[in-house]
Amino acid sequence: MHVIGERLNGMFKDVRKALEEQDVAAIQDLAKAQVNAGAGILDLNVGPAKVDPLEGMRWLIETAAAATEVPLAIDNPKWEIQKAVVPMLGDRAIINSCKADEEELDKYMALAVENNAGLVALTIDKQGVPSDVDRRVELGAQIGAKAMEAGLPMDKLYIDPIILPVNVAPKQPENVLAALEQLKMLSDPPPHFVLGLSNVSQGCNHRSLINRIYLVMAMSAGLDSAIMDPTDKDLMDAVITTELLQEKMIYCDSFLDAQRMRG
Amino acid sequence: MNIQDTAQSWSASINELTLGATSAEGGTRAKTVTIGGGKCIPWLAYEGSVGHRPAIAVEVWDAGMGAWPAALLEQYGDATSDAATWAKKAVELGADIVALRLMGTHPDMGDASPDEAAATVKAVLDAVDVPLIVWGCDVEEKDNTVLPKCCEAAKGENCLFGTIKEKNYRTLVASCLADGHKLIAESPLDINIAKQVNILAHDVGFPLENLVIFPTTAALGYGLEYVFSIMERGRLAALGGDPLLQQPVLCDVGLQAWRAKEAVASEEALPGFGPAAERGPLWETISATNYLQAGADILVLRHPAAITTTRDAIDRLVEGAAALAV
Repeated sequence: MHVIGERLNGMFKDVRKALEEQDVAAIQDLAKAQVNAGAGILDLNVGPAKVDPLEGMRWLIETAAAATEVPLAIDNPKWEIQKAVVPMLGDRAIINSCKADEEELDKYMALAVENNAGLVALTIDKQGVPSDVDRRVELGAQIGAKAMEAGLPMDKLYIDPIILPVNVAPKQPENVLAALEQLKMLSDPPPHFVLGLSNVSQGCNHRSLINRIYLVMAMSAGLDSAIMDPTDKDLMDAVITTELLQEKMIYCDSFLDAQRMRG
Repeated sequence: MNIQDTAQSWSASINELTLGATSAEGGTRAKTVTIGGGKCIPWLAYEGSVGHRPAIAVEVWDAGMGAWPAALLEQYGDATSDAATWAKKAVELGADIVALRLMGTHPDMGDASPDEAAATVKAVLDAVDVPLIVWGCDVEEKDNTVLPKCCEAAKGENCLFGTIKEKNYRTLVASCLADGHKLIAESPLDINIAKQVNILAHDVGFPLENLVIFPTTAALGYGLEYVFSIMERGRLAALGGDPLLQQPVLCDVGLQAWRAKEAVASEEALPGFGPAAERGPLWETISATNYLQAGADILVLRHPAAITTTRDAIDRLVEGAAALAV
């Protein structure tokens, strides 16, 4: 499971403050804490912080990159920003994200290939988030085909079938699982499948529980990466236990600690 | 016709581990023995390095050799009179390592005191210049008093002590940490426990790279294939990156092979099984060479003919691997 740490996001008050005050230690501590907790990738998002979006992202990248060695997901929908910062990181960058419209895919995949970077592509087009399974699968297949065409290796591609909050879109969690299953079956070799996990519980009560249960369901359907909070110990325990039950490791009584040793 | 290339590449390897210490390293051994390092399914050199040559440890007892089959004892003649003389004989027979089993400390086999056992370890260290395995009598309470003394007596010699188990590891871990020895982690034919013993030792501060896995050994015909598949699973997990299964593996072949009735029964008792004199060493050799295929890094052997034949098999495997290497 590729755990993509979500905490370096200006949406969180502590990160927003650190961005506005250029507090290097605060950002680096959070970067290290997430990696120590099991994140293999860190997501970086300036969010609503009152800083110049490009300069803020540059500073966030430089600060996080100096604290850890993991790949960094540049979480920003603007092409100008991606174009400006991805070359800073080269193969350590993951562009997060682009939509599944043809012109946009062409542009973003070229940027990824040129820099040997990864790319998160969403199953969204001009009509928005698909409400059904079929359209998600169609867009996912289109993303996969485009990647082949552009020469983007499948292990650099992350397809995100988009999860919406369960309180406002109650049919979507099941639809996403069905789409994951079908997309996984259609692709050989498969790309990565990723979700912005916390979105499923946005505005809900018992968020950690909802996230945890949905992650297990999604892993079972083929999800192999998620943007999530690695410092949520119960959530990480659920990841490890799911992997145990998927025979991704050999059991021992201390399997939670044993798996954490692998980092 | 195109034949698909099935070679796999692996992200991790078996740990390298060195036994013995020369005078420059604080010990008195003439040479050290390094095992492990494999980065492929055993002997598939086209996938990656096969690592260091498997080592042959020859078993020596301090007392109680009456328990050995006569056919085996007569091979050693007078050499079994004391552990030091026996150890010299083992080296003459080609031992890379001497495996000293302190059976004389067993309450039913002489009940030698910790100090007496430590003196035996000293005597064997003085008699030979190869690295040493020091193995207790497998009575936990007794081992916990004997082995710490032996660790201390062998301080600086970088021996391999055994064994620690899931329910009994703290005492020996502490001694080996203090006196700079390596450890054999034993599990009862159970890969989950093999992994668990390693993490328990790690949790009390013992370095994972100083451990050897002893998954329990079975002779041909007595569960060998079961051990084989456990070793196979462990190797695959190790190569896939599990740090708790990346330890080299020891197989205690001689002891088990000579427990098999096929190895010891007379021709009258087992008609059709061939000459008794050949059956024993053959049973030991076949068991040993099977474990070489499963990825054994140390084989503990007994019969001179088994030692010679197994050494020859290792020579040929190493030669074959060199020809396959990429």
